[in-house]
Amino acid sequence: MFNSHIFIAFQTILVKEVRRFTRIWLQTLVPPAITIGLYFLIFGNLIGRRIGEMGGYNYIDFIVPGLIMMAVIQNAYANVSSSFFSNKFQRCIEEILVSPVPNYVILLGFVAGGMARGLMVGMIVTIMSFIFTDLHIEHIGLTLLVVLLTAMVFALAGFINALFANTFDDISIIPTFVLTPLIYLGGVFYSVELLPEFGQWISALNPVLYMINTFRYGILGSSDVNVWWALGMLFLFSGILFTTAIVLLRRGTGLRH
Amino acid sequence: MTDRAQHAISIRNLKKTYANGYEALKGVDLDVAEGDFFALLGPNGAGKSTIIGIISTLVRLTSGDIQIFGKDVATHVYEAKLSLGVVPQEVNFSQFEKVGDIVRTQAGYYGLSPKLARERTEKYLKKLDLWDKRDNRARMLSGGMKRRLMIARALVHEPKLLILDEPTAGVDIELRRSMWDFLQEINRNGTTIILTTHYLEEAEHLCRNIAIINHGEIIENTSMRSLLSKLQQQTLIFDCINEVSAAPQFDDKQIQSTWIDAHTFEVTMPASHDINALFAALTDQGVRVKGMRNKSNRLEELFLSRLQHGRESQAQTESVSEEQKRLNKKEGADV
Repeated sequence: MFNSHIFIAFQTILVKEVRRFTRIWLQTLVPPAITIGLYFLIFGNLIGRRIGEMGGYNYIDFIVPGLIMMAVIQNAYANVSSSFFSNKFQRCIEEILVSPVPNYVILLGFVAGGMARGLMVGMIVTIMSFIFTDLHIEHIGLTLLVVLLTAMVFALAGFINALFANTFDDISIIPTFVLTPLIYLGGVFYSVELLPEFGQWISALNPVLYMINTFRYGILGSSDVNVWWALGMLFLFSGILFTTAIVLLRRGTGLRH
Repeated sequence: MTDRAQHAISIRNLKKTYANGYEALKGVDLDVAEGDFFALLGPNGAGKSTIIGIISTLVRLTSGDIQIFGKDVATHVYEAKLSLGVVPQEVNFSQFEKVGDIVRTQAGYYGLSPKLARERTEKYLKKLDLWDKRDNRARMLSGGMKRRLMIARALVHEPKLLILDEPTAGVDIELRRSMWDFLQEINRNGTTIILTTHYLEEAEHLCRNIAIINHGEIIENTSMRSLLSKLQQQTLIFDCINEVSAAPQFDDKQIQSTWIDAHTFEVTMPASHDINALFAALTDQGVRVKGMRNKSNRLEELFLSRLQHGRESQAQTESVSEEQKRLNKKEGADV
């Protein structure tokens, strides 16, 4: 396939994905905005005023980066896993599989679609946070890099989940039993310094902790973890997940008999 | 250029065994000439859809190879796929998308520019009478419209080879006839067509060459004319002007007749027999014929006889091999 054809194929998948989640915006864009808005109101505003400071910042300022990141992670993952699995379920994935679109373009198209939804929800949540606090971004470049890489990592993970999934239950198990605990225990609402030593050691094994803290560093200028180490880990995760997804696509796992 | 490269599709020793051990294809060899209108027939589970699945890369082959216009599907996947359009047996587009978007999106997968994609979408949706439905969600279409949408989608990149897996299943007669006309038109314009169908009349009407597959093996691969020439019996239905109280009688014992009603009877006779002699005999008996037609689908008769023949051969082979096993066991016991 020529480069221009490859770009058109990629653009086609991306546009189709964006068209899908914007068509059902009441299911994809509004619910996370309402949920995170309630977190801002209840935890940040009402309870947060009684908590006072966390990690040297007002509690609402402390939780805003974590909540934005939570929205990005959940939506990037959910978009790819549900969209790709629906394509498998309705068999319309065959439209792409019989065409000459290379595997890596299929992967990049769906991942870009997931990132687009994650970032769009992240943007909505960020705008909502202005109602509750004056958000000032310390390191804009780092903040954008971290949010892009995190969205990509979880979009890739959602893609792999959808490849293996045989039923709609299979795409809700990982978000419910793995993703949600990792996010909530990843320092969205608290600084890990509050935990006992054993708790801190366990938290150090949670990759989401590094993503949230690096993002928080980008916005507030303070983090519980080494930012460069965290960035390196994000690149590593992206590489491993991308390679895994390509190998699975090449084998036809979950797609070709 | 090798011989195989001159064919629209060339399949050699194609085998497929599924993970559960089911052997769907047992070494299929098949060549379809460029420009042909080819029928691939077989009962349910014979292996037709597996062959199409392997050609379109949705099913992985166990061994063998496939070339599309000389390009190996495994090694020259992009060139091979560019020449191929597939209309599957079951609906496989998003029911929530708009009709126009489905066709335009497919054009994008083949790298067509947005402008060309729009033009081709309009062209094929108009040809298939779906242009006024372009902004409707696909789930709102009738069964026949969905089939036509899949044909428009398969043609949007203008492939040189079009494979249709039972395209007229569940489509009413009028629509089926219009689809036949359309398929004949694109075939005349140079597109090679491979058709699987359960309507044998459809294959007989459209296709020049035919292969019959059963239990994963090609049991007949010939021209339609040559296959039909093997027909030994034919049944004709006669409509009469005057009333007939009983079936006409014939001196030739190979001709059997059956009375149906006061103005209708049918005659079964060898296909090689002279029909003029039959008319002469009817005239002698005072029967005045108004019209005559074939009772059964000729191809259907042949198809069933080939399958029956295949079953008998298989049963014979199995029985011989069982006997051989029994003898081998006995020899082993003697040793």
